[in-house]
Amino acid sequence: MPDAASDRFEIRQAVDQLSARFPGEVLAVAVEKGETAVHLGKKGLILVLRFLKEELGFNALEDIVVLDNLRTAAEGGPRFTVLYQVGRFPAAVRLRLAVAVGEDEILDSAVPVYRSADWAEREAYDMFGLRFDGHPDLRRIYMPEDFEGHPLRKDFPLQGRDGGV
Amino acid sequence: MTEDLSKQPFLLARADDLITWAQKNSLWPFGSGLACCAIEMIATAAARFDIARFGMELFRASPRQADLFIVAGTVTNKMAPVIRRLWDQMPDPKWALAMGNCAIGGGPFPTYSVLQGVDKIIPVDVYVAGCPPTPQGLIHGLMTLQEKIARSHPTKEILDPHARRSL
Repeated sequence: MPDAASDRFEIRQAVDQLSARFPGEVLAVAVEKGETAVHLGKKGLILVLRFLKEELGFNALEDIVVLDNLRTAAEGGPRFTVLYQVGRFPAAVRLRLAVAVGEDEILDSAVPVYRSADWAEREAYDMFGLRFDGHPDLRRIYMPEDFEGHPLRKDFPLQGRDGGV
Repeated sequence: MTEDLSKQPFLLARADDLITWAQKNSLWPFGSGLACCAIEMIATAAARFDIARFGMELFRASPRQADLFIVAGTVTNKMAPVIRRLWDQMPDPKWALAMGNCAIGGGPFPTYSVLQGVDKIIPVDVYVAGCPPTPQGLIHGLMTLQEKIARSHPTKEILDPHARRSL
């Protein structure tokens, strides 16, 4: 795909700068379906986010997405993959960061860098049970407060705890 | 009866018939539009279908002024306590109509977040199936409710306070 987003000069430049600045933290750079994802170690996440925002001009954290790797986790892989979607506007340059997290691990909160991470991290906590160190107010955001469990985990019963229909 | 009054025309009726006749022709709905069913409920209230013909056009924004609870749409588990509280805030006598498959039994959402039927939290008088039901369907449900009210015995409640019909 010649017009794929990964071929854009701005994205290659940003990825090169990231790799040069954080050689120990950037584990891999993957291009899938024309979109670039930078795989990071858990510890470097906040440093990388701050660098992206303050020095490379990525002024928006658009979303935080969580994948539950239940099947591969049984074979020893990390349980969750957390994706951070950052953007640079108005040029509309988009980059994705991927961090692998185990079930009992705690991520650093991105709220001190991007305030838009607040509700996104609450959603990740509510739906998947991920915890974020340094989040100002880590409560459920969708489910009722007395709800038990994290419904988007793949081992959560599809029709709910009370049997659904 | 005095001489004077006996010369006036008058009608005799059973109290039950008179009360239910008034009740069924002046239902004040409390519309809780929870999902797409609300659009059909609004259409039912508007000029084309016009439930003013049944004395029901007075949709109230407060449960305290309503006696018919139209549950129009998907009741999520998070919304369920609110629905129950609104129902409790409605004064007796009152009726509930479950509009659409979601309110009847969860509809296409057999999931962790959706209540599987509003009749788990409030007593439903009439169920109107559909996804969403047409305005004709809702009107049919309302007319069914009118028939049900006409068959009821409100004086029983006056004579026997323990015979209250609602929960």
